Amino acid sequence: MKSFFRMSYPYILWIAIFIVAPMIMLLLYAVSRPGNNVLTLQFTLQNFTDFFSDPTYMRVLGSSLLIAFATTALCLLIGYPAALFIAHLPERIQTLMVLLLTLPMWINTLLKTYAWQGILDFAPDLTSWIKVMIGMVYDFLPFMIIQIHTAIAKLDRELITAAHDLGANRVKTFLKVTLPLSVPGIISGITLVFLPAVSSFVIPKLLGGGDYYLIGNLIETCFITWGNWNFGSAISLIMALIIIASMWFTKKIDRNAEEA
Amino acid sequence: MNRKKPFLARFSSWYLILILLFTYLPIGYLVLFSFNSGKMRTSFQGFSLRWYEKMFGDRTMLESIKYTIIVAVIATVVATVVGTITAIGLSKSKRLIRSIILETNNLPVMNPDIVTAIGMMLLFLTANVKQGLVTMILSHITFCTPYVILTIMPKLRQLDDNVAEAAMDLGATPFQALTKVILPQIYPAVFSGALIAFSMSFDDFVISFFTSGEGINNISMYVYSMKRYNLSVNALSTLIVVVVTIILILANLIPYIKGKKTQKEDI
Repeated sequence: MKSFFRMSYPYILWIAIFIVAPMIMLLLYAVSRPGNNVLTLQFTLQNFTDFFSDPTYMRVLGSSLLIAFATTALCLLIGYPAALFIAHLPERIQTLMVLLLTLPMWINTLLKTYAWQGILDFAPDLTSWIKVMIGMVYDFLPFMIIQIHTAIAKLDRELITAAHDLGANRVKTFLKVTLPLSVPGIISGITLVFLPAVSSFVIPKLLGGGDYYLIGNLIETCFITWGNWNFGSAISLIMALIIIASMWFTKKIDRNAEEA
Repeated sequence: MNRKKPFLARFSSWYLILILLFTYLPIGYLVLFSFNSGKMRTSFQGFSLRWYEKMFGDRTMLESIKYTIIVAVIATVVATVVGTITAIGLSKSKRLIRSIILETNNLPVMNPDIVTAIGMMLLFLTANVKQGLVTMILSHITFCTPYVILTIMPKLRQLDDNVAEAAMDLGATPFQALTKVILPQIYPAVFSGALIAFSMSFDDFVISFFTSGEGINNISMYVYSMKRYNLSVNALSTLIVVVVTIILILANLIPYIKGKKTQKEDI
């Protein structure tokens, strides 16, 4: 059976070329300046200090984070009750609801965003912040609902019956049993929404009418307009680090919740 | 409490109906306005098929559909085959090697799309490869395969190693053990891996945007770069909605029908 491992060799070569090498290149570009070549390569943190010392870039970073936080919070607020209500439906209808919620996820995000452009034209008075939020929540809500629903559906019904038998009312049962036990679902929902939301720039660009310039747009400008690969790589790296940091953070919360 | 229950039940149904309405509003809008006889996107002036006609006369749009399908099909096939083979190989490897490879494999899943995209672009630029359809396909394979492996791995862990061993002890070649014993057991996971790969590739914008070359646009890139509002996009979306619905209904029915068949055989 050990010989089966040889079947993995081609893909190991593939990831070396197409996953590992690009990441190393990104790192090399990020810590060097334009005009360097392999022979005269000099490492510098200039790109990073440039980014963090410029208030314009900090504002871009700030609005990316703000949009991601707001999207995550709204998805949780709207999605939790939905997941809870779905979990209380008869099993066959639950499956149908999950299917109905996931079906639109198969249609191109850009086409759906384009549809929202048309729909939001019916309400021209909405601020671009509201328009962007509608588009973002629309795109990410199903992820949140599915994750939380899975956690609640797995929950042992006997626990709820026991809580009722022991005299807890609905509210108390929810707060003491259902909510704590659905925390893993909440956390994976938050991860699935927040992480891609930080880097999303297409929806804000199409629905915000140019009012939102985010990290993703900045990277695009660096590479496409300025041709400054080094600075663009540095910003990409910063974004990857933000993602890694927030993942580490959510994992830690998850562990604490499980211990408690 | 008994008096409260109907209220909560009613509230929850209305809440879920609202969520569903929100979910299907853009799709309903796309379908409805694809039949609009007028040019406006906020007033429906009558029924017509002019946008469908226009779509089939729009070469750039048809090309974007063609490229989307070519890339998605090739990427899905390669990612599924490579992913399945690799996952089986990894399940038989040493633990340390396996976890190192799986962690690396996870990178494109964890990384924001734009970071993966920039990395690939830097690779192609540095290697002096002209960007076009080929580089786009290579990139799609790269970000689809990890999902296939992630979908199949848990299923492989549940398998009993002894069955394949027994098959080989009984004279099956390793290849036979693979195709007759292991594959049939993980087939559903392979199928859902392929579905995920296809939908990821079909939906992708960011990675395609940075790794394809001039004149090679997929549907997402076409919509993004559109200068003016174009109602044929609604017609295109409607076609996609129809195709996706059919595929998903089939994908959900096939296991159901198969399940019934095996049930009958069991009896």
